Amino acid sequence: MSDHSSEAHSHGSVKSYLTGFIWSVILTGIPFWMVMTEAFDKGPTYITIILLAIVQIFVHLKYFLHLNFSTDQGKLDAYSFLFALMIIVMVVALSVWIIFASNAMMM
Amino acid sequence: MSTTHMNTHDAHDEHHDHDPAPHNVFGFWLYLMTDCLLFATIFATYAVLFMNTAGGVSGKDIFELDFVLVETALLLISSITYGFSMICAHKKDKKGTLSWLSVTFLLGAGFIAMEIYEFHHLIVHGNGPQASAFLSAFFTLVGTHGLHVTAGLIWMAILMIELIVSGFGSRTVTRLSCLSLFWHFLDVIWICVFTVVYLMGAI
Repeated sequence: MSDHSSEAHSHGSVKSYLTGFIWSVILTGIPFWMVMTEAFDKGPTYITIILLAIVQIFVHLKYFLHLNFSTDQGKLDAYSFLFALMIIVMVVALSVWIIFASNAMMM
Repeated sequence: MSTTHMNTHDAHDEHHDHDPAPHNVFGFWLYLMTDCLLFATIFATYAVLFMNTAGGVSGKDIFELDFVLVETALLLISSITYGFSMICAHKKDKKGTLSWLSVTFLLGAGFIAMEIYEFHHLIVHGNGPQASAFLSAFFTLVGTHGLHVTAGLIWMAILMIELIVSGFGSRTVTRLSCLSLFWHFLDVIWICVFTVVYLMGAI
């Protein structure tokens, strides 16, 4: 509690925004390049673009939305995000699983 | 017990003349988490329905990736220009804040204009949301994101007017911080949209 009022929301600096931006450009450019040039097989392309999207989401969360585990406010933001993420994974992954499984049974 | 704790907490805050702004921004963050769940359900719907094209077009037929790449670039650049605007806002630099907000607004408006063009193009070619389950899910998902961006643009316009008319008040930075979270959050949703809908649809 003692340091509760001493800290403000972390603001970010020009440097941290630029770092996040450059990472985002790279992480957006690679998947678009992979799909537009069709340079790789479908399987590896799917896996790579999904992984890069996940990495880019965390880059945005860190550099643009300023989530962190070092300040009290950052922790509150980050833990509430992790809770939402758990529900999202349950909603999306389980929906997709159950529908694709039932599709497979109908074949 | 919890009430006692709450009271001491409030007293503690008042005692230190605590700024309520972080709590407001955190409250808005919690709203955004519920918005995340809204998008999650729409993404789940899209994932379930995207193969049901009813004999009509599929994603591969209608998605133009270079068009989507420009949309993505507009939104991504608008994220960093909003960030620069926030840096100016924390320094109470009215001119800088307004300039960067204007740039952000124009980029966001460009994004929405492109999306309206894309939707219009699809509808006049008979690929409207009524054509198949895939297109219904597509219009719902991308349209919901577009509506959020439009709401963000209206909000941004109002804040810019407020800033021009009355300058930096005690609440201005808090309001700008909330919109900042909203704007960056929409960019995160767009990462999911372009990956799941456009790129995976076009492979």
